[in-house]
Amino acid sequence: MQNSMIKKLSILSPILILILWEMLSRFHIIDERLFSSPLLILKVMLPLLISGELLFHMWISIKRIILGFLLGAVPGMVLGLSMGLFPFVRSFFQPLVSATFPIPKLALMPLILIIFGLGEVSKLVIIALGVFYLVLINTMSGVLNIEQIYLDVAKNYGAGKKEFYLTVAFPGALPMIFAGFKVAMGTALLLIVAAELSAAKAGIGWMIWRAYDMFDIETMFSALIVMSFLGFIFSYGLDLIEKLVIPWKNTEAE
Amino acid sequence: MPCHDTYIIKLENVSKVFKLDSSYIKALEDLNLSIYNGEFLCIVGPSGCGKSTLLRILAGLEEHTSGNLTIKREPSDKPLNSMVFQGDSLFPWMTVIDNASYGLKMQGVSKKERYEIAGEYLSKMGLEGFEKAYPHQLSGGMRQRVSVARAFASDPEILLMDEPFGSLDEQNKIILQQELLKIWEETRKTTIFVTHSIDEALLLGDRVIVMTTIPGKVKSVIEVNLSRPRDFSEIRSDSTFIALYQKIWRELREEVISDAVKTNL
Repeated sequence: MQNSMIKKLSILSPILILILWEMLSRFHIIDERLFSSPLLILKVMLPLLISGELLFHMWISIKRIILGFLLGAVPGMVLGLSMGLFPFVRSFFQPLVSATFPIPKLALMPLILIIFGLGEVSKLVIIALGVFYLVLINTMSGVLNIEQIYLDVAKNYGAGKKEFYLTVAFPGALPMIFAGFKVAMGTALLLIVAAELSAAKAGIGWMIWRAYDMFDIETMFSALIVMSFLGFIFSYGLDLIEKLVIPWKNTEAE
Repeated sequence: MPCHDTYIIKLENVSKVFKLDSSYIKALEDLNLSIYNGEFLCIVGPSGCGKSTLLRILAGLEEHTSGNLTIKREPSDKPLNSMVFQGDSLFPWMTVIDNASYGLKMQGVSKKERYEIAGEYLSKMGLEGFEKAYPHQLSGGMRQRVSVARAFASDPEILLMDEPFGSLDEQNKIILQQELLKIWEETRKTTIFVTHSIDEALLLGDRVIVMTTIPGKVKSVIEVNLSRPRDFSEIRSDSTFIALYQKIWRELREEVISDAVKTNL
């Protein structure tokens, strides 16, 4: 009884907000030209959806996010594992990582455009950069924080170096690696909008900036809704993959 | 009774010093001890006396600082030792059968064969049907059974046990002690068992070593002249058991009290 009430509440709140928004706009309490209204947005969004325009831009952005993510996550994981496992790799790369990590990735955008040009590559690179550091740092601390007793067990039962990496270090670090993926995905969504601001011809980020140029508030809101949807499916997808890859973390004991 | 002239491990004046920041802590000092082939040796001592350190040195997880450690072994493919650790030591990311067969995997035994061997020890420990479960799905007692199965399955020459049942409730402890003895009597592996319970030491061991407070050395060696197989429900009222219990308790009591005095100063 109590539970179903609570569930109903969480469905009710967005509906209430939408109704409130519509009313405020209708009664001109807020400026309709700036804040639009749910019905006006729907009127613009539906044709965009049916014509396939929205899906087209969505697809472009999804491709960039996935490619950029992989481009950053794979090297980040490899270097993070190596830095966690080998002290000499760690001492070599640690100062470089510490020095470059705090630079806001957006600040690198102009440099990346100069180096990689206005094409597709610069967009992937900026996303990859943001993802790379977060995955690297999480993976490394995942390896470094494996409990001592697991290292003792591996040693006592005669695990060689290679066996140790495969049976203890990598699986032991996996939960932290996935935590890194999730944070990195948030950053990737942030960076796609910035990347599509400059010199893009398509994509959800581009739609937002174009709507800004045209003062087309309804299209802008439509793109924002798609953005939030993208965030939802990517985090849902990562959760799904995590459950498949880390079945032992699935149900917490007690 | 084990034959007392064939030692498998001999410790001569073994010391271990830990460096902690700028101070040094002497965990073991001039420890002398022979461990004989096929015996069940229990080590009791006040907490923090270096029992676990001694075991970790024997397991090759720590290096002793000075003295001689001789381990006599005939050439064989068997691993020298397997340890049952205190507390949770199963890999959470492996199923029960993969955990139990971990030592065999490291020895390069084929998957089919190692599952067969590990499965046998798992069913001896009453874990049939749980092979594919993950450790977090088991109770603490069941997890410790898997640890014991893992140690036996890898078929070492020496079994090392560091208070393996310390965190279990009384009923589970008794059942596991009995199961351990049952498997041990089939295999008669040299076993070194660290515990803080006098009861446990007398129920299981051929000899009981009492250690002093830190820095740990051997205070006394007590032969447990109780026949095997031992019946756990009857042995406690045996007059030899009671006499040995009192003897060990007197030895331990001195150490515990002197330790308490030291720490209060």
